[in-house]
Amino acid sequence: MLSKSALTAGFLVVLLGHAMADDHLYGIGHPATASEIAAWDIDVRADGVGLPAGRGSVAEGEKIFAETCSGCHLEGGAKPFAAGLDVLVGGQGSLNTSKPLKTIGSYWPTATTLFDYIRRAMPFTAPQSLTNDQVYALTAYLLNRNGVIGSDVVMDASSLPRVQMPNRAGFIDRDDWRTPKP
Amino acid sequence: MLDETAPRRPHRRRFLTRSASLFAAFSSGLVEARAEGLSDVSPWMREQGAGISPYGAPSPYEIRVARKPRLPPPFPTSTSNNTPLQASYGIITPSGLHYERHHGGIPDISPDNHQLLIHGLVDRPLVFTMQDLVRFPSVSRIHFLECSGNTPMWTQAKAEWSVQDTHGLLSGSEWTGVPLSTVLAEVGVKPEAKWFLAEGADAAAMTRSIPIEKALDDAILAYAQNGERLRPEQGYPLRLFLPGFEGNTSVKWLRRLKLGDRPFDTREETSKYTDLIPGGKATRFNFVMEVKSVVTSPSGGQTLRGQGFHEITGLAWSGLGRVAKVEVSVDGGTSWQEARLQEPVLSKALTRFRLPWTWTGGPALTASRATDEFGNVQPTREALIAKRGDNARYHYNAIHTWRLTADGRLANVV
Repeated sequence: MLSKSALTAGFLVVLLGHAMADDHLYGIGHPATASEIAAWDIDVRADGVGLPAGRGSVAEGEKIFAETCSGCHLEGGAKPFAAGLDVLVGGQGSLNTSKPLKTIGSYWPTATTLFDYIRRAMPFTAPQSLTNDQVYALTAYLLNRNGVIGSDVVMDASSLPRVQMPNRAGFIDRDDWRTPKP
Repeated sequence: MLDETAPRRPHRRRFLTRSASLFAAFSSGLVEARAEGLSDVSPWMREQGAGISPYGAPSPYEIRVARKPRLPPPFPTSTSNNTPLQASYGIITPSGLHYERHHGGIPDISPDNHQLLIHGLVDRPLVFTMQDLVRFPSVSRIHFLECSGNTPMWTQAKAEWSVQDTHGLLSGSEWTGVPLSTVLAEVGVKPEAKWFLAEGADAAAMTRSIPIEKALDDAILAYAQNGERLRPEQGYPLRLFLPGFEGNTSVKWLRRLKLGDRPFDTREETSKYTDLIPGGKATRFNFVMEVKSVVTSPSGGQTLRGQGFHEITGLAWSGLGRVAKVEVSVDGGTSWQEARLQEPVLSKALTRFRLPWTWTGGPALTASRATDEFGNVQPTREALIAKRGDNARYHYNAIHTWRLTADGRLANVV
């Protein structure tokens, strides 16, 4: 049986703990429900966290690309719409030359980034209008165009994070961004 | 820049059409010219002037002080627009002249419809309306914002570029908002949270990963700029503002923050905003805009009329802290004189420097060299390229030189 003083002490700890936790809280904001979060939570990480259900093949992607993307990304992504704009295909082996060509195949370190970017920002005239299957298919097509996957490989939440990009070891993460203390 | 064939004494009716050349004269302060003699009472003193207006605009005679893109954009909504630094004064950029960089155009967002979701590795995922956010204790701070693609001098520079072309993806403002640390305390940061993703509500759904330490240091959820709510092109109604970091990380139209234990590998921190270095690898998370300066007057495209006194002035800044010193050279870096720093000299803010100078008529190479409070010195172009190669695209911060020829004209040194 607990003594009265022990009970009081315990009660005080609870009170104090609550007060400390609330000390910096303004009580502003509204709880986000799981469905609200799911509706907005569209990012995909390199390890595949965030990839949705669905699947797409290279052949399906080629068809969608021709219908939806080829107005800007000419020649299957090998030619830019205008000088200086992105080329999607080619350039492997060029990064250490005087004319580096940074494409998905030559430069992008992670295949999942392709899915994330197409889903959030493409097509340019109607972002976030593609189905997840269509995004998987376009991802498969562009990886195949770059020689990263074979023409019969299907992309889904399981296969995409396992794709090894040619330039996956090509980046050095800087950590010197902290403001020094004078 | 100046129309040399223009008459020196324009008739009043022709004054507006001639405002371009007069603008150049007045704004540069380089030309001795008198529009009229002192023989009569000016016509504008013989009648009432214009009345009040709900929102003031610059004088029509300043119409040429405008943002402009360095190149015509192939896509008008995915482009940038440079601040006219040659006609800027002090350390604050008017909000309407703040540089623009959009990846998917400017969304039209009513503040009543805008919400910020904070989730991921937090104790309490919360949604905030704009009315919620402005209730928090706020701060106002003066900081620069610079696009990391500013000063594209690696390999493609042109002699005809003005300072608007070379350095115009740079602006300074007073930003008002809620410290991000305050709002993160509200949701409760889990100890394993090391990074956060910031996402915009534009057609690019712009996303960047930022270290959580920056959030707890000096990041702001900004809703106002220079005394009024944000301009649409600056992220209305809400943007992230990260003092000293490359502009792209200060995500506009901010709708979502997600805390995680590692970076999120977005396209804008892999395919873009990374820099090739010698050997063919690339650096990423090149967040800090390092110490830099430029002479804004006299500068490329301007013309000095006449020998004698001219003030050399410009801007210096460092994404790490305060500017400690700016030196100016008029002989291409052979000798340097220390310029006066105009107060206030603020951390991660534009700092105005000034040096009195007498032009004796010969050619000159004018340049400025900034040092920040941590002893970082703005490098020469040669030193920068020796270190980073010339396959980089971002974060060019080398000493910048203008070439003055005996006819008084200034051009970009390439």
